[in-house]
Amino acid sequence: MPQTLAQKILQRHCDEPVGEAGSIARCRVSLVLANDITAPLAIKSFEAMGAGGVFHQERVALVCDHFTPNKDIDSAEQVRLVREFARRMGVVHYYEGGEVGVEHALLPELGLVGPGDVVVGADSHTCTYGGLGAFATGMGSTDIAAAMALGETWFKVPPTIRVEIDGTPGEHVGGKDYILRLIGEIGVAGALYKALEFGGAAVRALSVEGRMTMANMAIEAGGKVGLFAADERTLAYAAAAGRAGDAALAPDPGAAYERTVRLDVTGMEPQVACPHLPENVRPVSEVRGVAIHQAVIGSCTNGRIEDLREAAAVLRGRRAARGVRLIVLPATPGIWRQALKEGLLEVFMDAGAVVGPPTCGPCLGGHMGILASGERTIATTNRNFKGRMGSLESEVYLSGPAVAAASAVVGAIAAPADL
Amino acid sequence: MRYAGTAHVVGANIDTDAIIPARFLVTTDEARLGANCMEGLEAGWVARVRPGDIMVAGPNFGCGSSREHAPIAIKGAGIPVVVAHSFARIFYRNGFNMGLVLIEVGDGYAELGDGSRIEVDTGAGVVRNLDSGAEVRCQPVPPFMREILDAGGLVGYVRRRLAGEVR
Ligand code: SF4
Repeated sequence: MPQTLAQKILQRHCDEPVGEAGSIARCRVSLVLANDITAPLAIKSFEAMGAGGVFHQERVALVCDHFTPNKDIDSAEQVRLVREFARRMGVVHYYEGGEVGVEHALLPELGLVGPGDVVVGADSHTCTYGGLGAFATGMGSTDIAAAMALGETWFKVPPTIRVEIDGTPGEHVGGKDYILRLIGEIGVAGALYKALEFGGAAVRALSVEGRMTMANMAIEAGGKVGLFAADERTLAYAAAAGRAGDAALAPDPGAAYERTVRLDVTGMEPQVACPHLPENVRPVSEVRGVAIHQAVIGSCTNGRIEDLREAAAVLRGRRAARGVRLIVLPATPGIWRQALKEGLLEVFMDAGAVVGPPTCGPCLGGHMGILASGERTIATTNRNFKGRMGSLESEVYLSGPAVAAASAVVGAIAAPADL
Repeated sequence: MRYAGTAHVVGANIDTDAIIPARFLVTTDEARLGANCMEGLEAGWVARVRPGDIMVAGPNFGCGSSREHAPIAIKGAGIPVVVAHSFARIFYRNGFNMGLVLIEVGDGYAELGDGSRIEVDTGAGVVRNLDSGAEVRCQPVPPFMREILDAGGLVGYVRRRLAGEVR
């Protein structure tokens, strides 16, 4: 039976034949992830299970990235708990301090996730690794505890929606715009339970970073995973991250899809998601002129080097408008260093930006850029729910890095072409 | 496994706040949560339930937050199994993990009227309305999911696995 990417990847980790959509598959996991917010709960369940050790010391990643550098006593206590657990269990991939980056940018960069892997994380954006061809999804704390103890988990095999993206995009249009456009079309529940499988000429032309940006937001359409075939670009990325032995991966011709959605991105404008749902998507020209108080460039969606280059290209020789706080958070130490080397950080400083450490920070309303009531931000992050970045009376608009940068300069939502 | 009991029908898109409102989340005790089961849908809803009764629901049951308290509350109310058109993804996981049997039957749920006597046979993959005689097919519960349920949920299952009692 021809298989979708989802079935194919699960099969590699499953002893019994993986059935059709809706059936249950029991799989070995390649990596289990938790962060400073979710690990403490998982550790509690892990202890209730009477587990003496993790299934594999190199296949558990604990990344303290959300409220770090610890913003208050509670967050410091949480991190202490995770740190002590990591030490006790001999967890190799424990990250904090100068080694930590936003989890979903960090793990791919370190080569800890790759094509054909099955990854479960106590974080809904674990789906990011689908950009590399990994079946990766978020779960609750008890599930993650069980996976840490046993090295396996169960899945309901998802039906797959195939998304074909074709055409040649204009300047400043990339993965973020494709995924926003798709969510705008199918809605925040459009892929509930399901796998999204991306293909088409525009996807093949996209960098691995751009694909991870898209996979990251699969959950914003309700999806379980967002999957990309692993091609030469993927293999080059994985090799550069120090991995060996990865192979190309593609769905079988004739695999059964629930439906196919087609997008033509030729001539498409950059896209913006308006408050308070990621499905409220409009072309930037329709929201141009909405005044902003803050612009955030960073996060697991768009905090990678390619994103910073794009923002810097727009900001070079320009300044953020008076009254706009421009916050740039390179997503990992590696990205930070690269941006430093390339002179991007200087461009941001010259533009009047605050350049912060790698952290989730403002993305979840944690710290480092919280909004007051009546304030409005544009952000390269992935969620614009009510109150996501601060006051319930604040507003978040989502976009790619070029639009966020241009908006900072104008002081209102703008396209790079408006400058 | 076979379950038989009176059907209590709830509607579509029942969210976790309807199942157990946030104000009751101050405990993880099954009995206490069970005493307030469906309190967000209708005050005193749980009074109609006798131990062993079966909940029947429309599409997308359990949508909303990922709170594991929701399936615990249903179990605590004495309901061992929920038969629904479909379940929200996280609730589906949490249900089995907390030891609650969840059966998806698609449009067939309409055959299972409120107050009717119904029987669920998880091994054969069939739900019967004993009053009308209607039969609704479903996927049988796979053996290892059965093991999770038999252990009372995922925590108990992992304990057994680690103790070498099951494979
Ligand atoms: S950057 Fe935002 S979305 Fe990504 S892991 Fe951190 S809090 Fe979650």
